[in-house]
Amino acid sequence: MAEADATTRHVVVIGGGPAAHRFTEAMAARSAANPGFVVTVLGEEPHLPYDRVALSRRLVDSEDLTLGDRTLWDAPGIRYRPARRATAIDPAARTVTIEGGERLSWDELVFATGSSASVPPIPGAEKGYVYRTIEDVDFLVAEVARLRVALRRPANVVVVGGGLLGLEAAGGLQRLGGNSTIVHSGRWLMSAQLDEGAGQALGRLIEAQGIALALGTRPSEILCSPSGRVLGVALADGRQLNADLVVFSIGITPRDELARDAGLDIGPRGGIAIGDDCSSSHPGIWAIGEVAAVGGLCVGLVAPANAMAEVAADRIHGGEALFPGIDDATKLKLSGVEVASFGDALAVTEHSLEVVYADPARGLYQKIVVTGDAKTLLGGIFVGDAAPYTSLRPLLGRELPAEPGAYLSAAGAEPPAGGELPDDVQLCSCNNVSVGAVRSAVRGDHDEACTELGALKACTRAGTQCGSCVPLVKKILETELTKAGVEVSRALCEHIELSRSELFESVRILQLASFDAIMERFGRGLGCDICKPVIASILATQTSGYILDSGRGALQDTNDRALANMQKDGTYSVVPRIPGGEITPQKLKVIAEVAADFNLYTKITGGQRIDLFGARLEQLPDIWKVLVDAGFESGQAYGKSLRTVKSCVGSTWCRYGVQDAVAMAIQLELRYRGLRSPHKFKLGVSGCARECAEARGKDIGIIASELGWNLYVGGNGGYQPAHAQLLAQDLDDETLIRYIDRYLMYYIRTADRLQRTARWQEELEGGLDHVRAVVCDDSLGIADELEAAMAAHVGNYEDEWAATLRDPERLRRFRSFVNAPTTPDPAVVQVTERGQPRPARADERDTAVPLGLSIPLRPGAAAAGQAAIAQTAIAQTATSQTEGR
Amino acid sequence: MTNDDWVPLCSLDDLEPLWGEAALVGGRQVALFLLPDGSLHAVSNRCPATGSYVMSRGIVGSKGARSTIASPLHKQVYDLATGECLSSPDYLLPTYPVRVEAGIVQVALAEAA
Ligand SMILES: Cc1cc2nc3c(=O)[nH]c(=O)nc-3n(C[C@H](O)[C@H](O)[C@H](O)COP(=O)(O)OP(=O)(O)OC[C@H]3O[C@@H](n4cnc5c(N)ncnc54)[C@H](O)[C@@H]3O)c2cc1C
Repeated sequence: MAEADATTRHVVVIGGGPAAHRFTEAMAARSAANPGFVVTVLGEEPHLPYDRVALSRRLVDSEDLTLGDRTLWDAPGIRYRPARRATAIDPAARTVTIEGGERLSWDELVFATGSSASVPPIPGAEKGYVYRTIEDVDFLVAEVARLRVALRRPANVVVVGGGLLGLEAAGGLQRLGGNSTIVHSGRWLMSAQLDEGAGQALGRLIEAQGIALALGTRPSEILCSPSGRVLGVALADGRQLNADLVVFSIGITPRDELARDAGLDIGPRGGIAIGDDCSSSHPGIWAIGEVAAVGGLCVGLVAPANAMAEVAADRIHGGEALFPGIDDATKLKLSGVEVASFGDALAVTEHSLEVVYADPARGLYQKIVVTGDAKTLLGGIFVGDAAPYTSLRPLLGRELPAEPGAYLSAAGAEPPAGGELPDDVQLCSCNNVSVGAVRSAVRGDHDEACTELGALKACTRAGTQCGSCVPLVKKILETELTKAGVEVSRALCEHIELSRSELFESVRILQLASFDAIMERFGRGLGCDICKPVIASILATQTSGYILDSGRGALQDTNDRALANMQKDGTYSVVPRIPGGEITPQKLKVIAEVAADFNLYTKITGGQRIDLFGARLEQLPDIWKVLVDAGFESGQAYGKSLRTVKSCVGSTWCRYGVQDAVAMAIQLELRYRGLRSPHKFKLGVSGCARECAEARGKDIGIIASELGWNLYVGGNGGYQPAHAQLLAQDLDDETLIRYIDRYLMYYIRTADRLQRTARWQEELEGGLDHVRAVVCDDSLGIADELEAAMAAHVGNYEDEWAATLRDPERLRRFRSFVNAPTTPDPAVVQVTERGQPRPARADERDTAVPLGLSIPLRPGAAAAGQAAIAQTAIAQTATSQTEGR
Repeated sequence: MTNDDWVPLCSLDDLEPLWGEAALVGGRQVALFLLPDGSLHAVSNRCPATGSYVMSRGIVGSKGARSTIASPLHKQVYDLATGECLSSPDYLLPTYPVRVEAGIVQVALAEAA
């Protein structure tokens, strides 16, 4: 967008929430084709626009919820002004006044002020809190913790309101260690979206989480002590509830005050009245998001807010876009409780039919609403099992491919396969992406074809907000690729037709124990550098035993073959295990001596280990002899296996620590050491919420809470960084380890080759929810099996280097030359830099002395920090060194 | 090729099928591979892509009917018989004649020099 000049049009947005963010993005997207706008966004909150929908994630850690790419706000012609509240507008003069008196002129004004949480007019109401902003949530987290300490018992929390947000708040506060009670005026929970049967089933599920319910009544007063401390809540039916903390979640009030003052038309129940072009009653003034009343109604959902933002941006650019209508489908985000409703859930359409399956005892309820001829889908409700929701919701208003009863999965029905969705069906309502748009992106109609889920999500934006349509996006991707003749081949390579996970299961079930047996059954040819290491890894997981014996040596990948990490010059690096990163000075000394004696370049790794570089193949056994004698074992830095468990110092020393992170890290490292898997994996353990171990950047992250451990899964750094996602909270040691056992074994069984946990759990059918069901609720009934497999691994573990040194036959594999077993590789040439050796560059090699010799730096050049070469060579062989000790 | 061109390297028993070994011949390095069908291959131990002497430590495999060796560093795949690189036209891996005489593995380096 252009910097201001005479023709520039000034757009001012009041409010900095999700609607304002989406509007600004939509303006920026049009700026290249249509410059000449300057957009200024005034946000009352001190943050960049953030994802309010994801607010509850702040309950567990101080996650950054900023929406989208921050660089949006640095783009030319776009300005975000945080902590600036607009106090008045003047439609005639086209100005807006900011708190403090500053006045801005505008050509177009957009209201995106959202709403505030309503508070009932009852005595003591000022002692209650709401659940709307980052500050609200951070306060509640701190308050529940404070009350726990001050009262020496869990805080009693009363949540007023049993709608979506009330349930989310009550569930969140319960998990934080509060005792929650929900007071709700309806006779059942979520009475606006659910019918009685569904509400009853939901009530069961909520009570099963330990949350109490007071239904069909309202609070009449918050009772306080004379000093102002909250004591309880009096209810209209005469009862009293104990309470230390009261949270209101009874509804929202549109923030239409400035518009009202300026005389704009207001909806019958509040909100700035707009048409389906998002214009208000005054030309040049628009309203989008929760503050806008379309058809007399404000909607408290983000999907319509996004749709309005797009419409307003288009209209300001002279377009003709129209608001498509409200999609008020909802899905509760409370883990362990599946609730979804969409369309005409309460069956108010004339002659509509309700096809219902109800099992209140098990907390199951499914209902599909169809037209009188049982053909067209009008809506639905799912409680306890929302599996059909994702595939049904896009069919709203269309003819169902099968009879309605076929979608009641709780009754054991199998939804019909096939049944292609039409192109114009909306797939992602958060970002208004159609099925056709996703198909076209896969085919690459306009741009490069997106043939992977990650790329497809990024380029279409489908599934990037609430994520509920991701399984469908994935399905369309696979169908399209198959159609395009891009065979979605799961074959490992030309030798093995099966995918890694199919192969893993087949080998397990048939109990095959050798490469030859596996190839005979499932393969052809000699194998290759893809299938051989996969088979080696599968055999290592399923049948313990030294990885280089019985014909398995030749299967191993570069590093496993030498039990060390090959570097660019063909030498290796050596990493002894240092569990949890804890090491005694004595052992540190041994490492220092080994490094000095064998002239190894020494560096601390990112995973709190010590890496020794420049060891030649034939030196490895001598190096490890010293290390093993001193009590070290292989750190397996070379394997597709557990790398490290990183930890902070934890509660033993740190004044903030709440759990012993080091002890836990050591326990975990010793448990999972040597476990071979589809890709490398790492763990991290932090002793408090400050998260100094950066555990959420690990495949498995464990963060201490006051009550135990929070378990996160699927994080990694590297090329495509991912934050680990919360799997379960407040676990005791035993449950924590049980869950990790199951998670790892399930990953090892079902992941593709070189697929890390993040991609695996994203691409798995059902995603993280499915993983949670398998790990925490044993939904597949395989928990015992997974745990037994891990127990076998733990029982059979043997240090690979100790095992190597014990057996002269094994040592044979470490000779440099079959005809000169101890002669150093003459091609390895090193120079010295900053006091340590490194491989010589091509231009340095020509002048350097070969034959495994190390060439010290010319004195003086070291200070200059440059490598130089002198002809004073020092022979560096292991034998001469170790003899001298 | 005269008998003098053949250099003895090791006993056939020193080789394990599919497990590559390096051998030193004067200043030069050879990678030796014994295949399950009993055939032997000798190629340069120098990885054409990086210049490091590591080929003996790669994984032996097959592509169609051809036997292959993959560089352990960046996994370029070479035909063991011809040295042709199957994954990039930029590289060629020198190959050497190899035979077994009275249980001793011999190569002829002059041939390829
Ligand atoms: C806990 C929680 C969970 C939710 N879960 C879901 C969900 O699962 N699905 C879903 O669809 N929706 C959900 N929502 C609702 C969703 O967050 C809202 O629909 C969405 O935030 C609306 O965006 P908005 O920009 O219109 O308004 P808001 O998010 O309210 O943003 C408006 C912003 O404008 C600022 N503002 C107001 N007046 C002024 C002024 N005079 N000057 C300057 N700034 C001002 C406000 O401080 C605020 O920052 C949830 C909401 C909450 C609180």
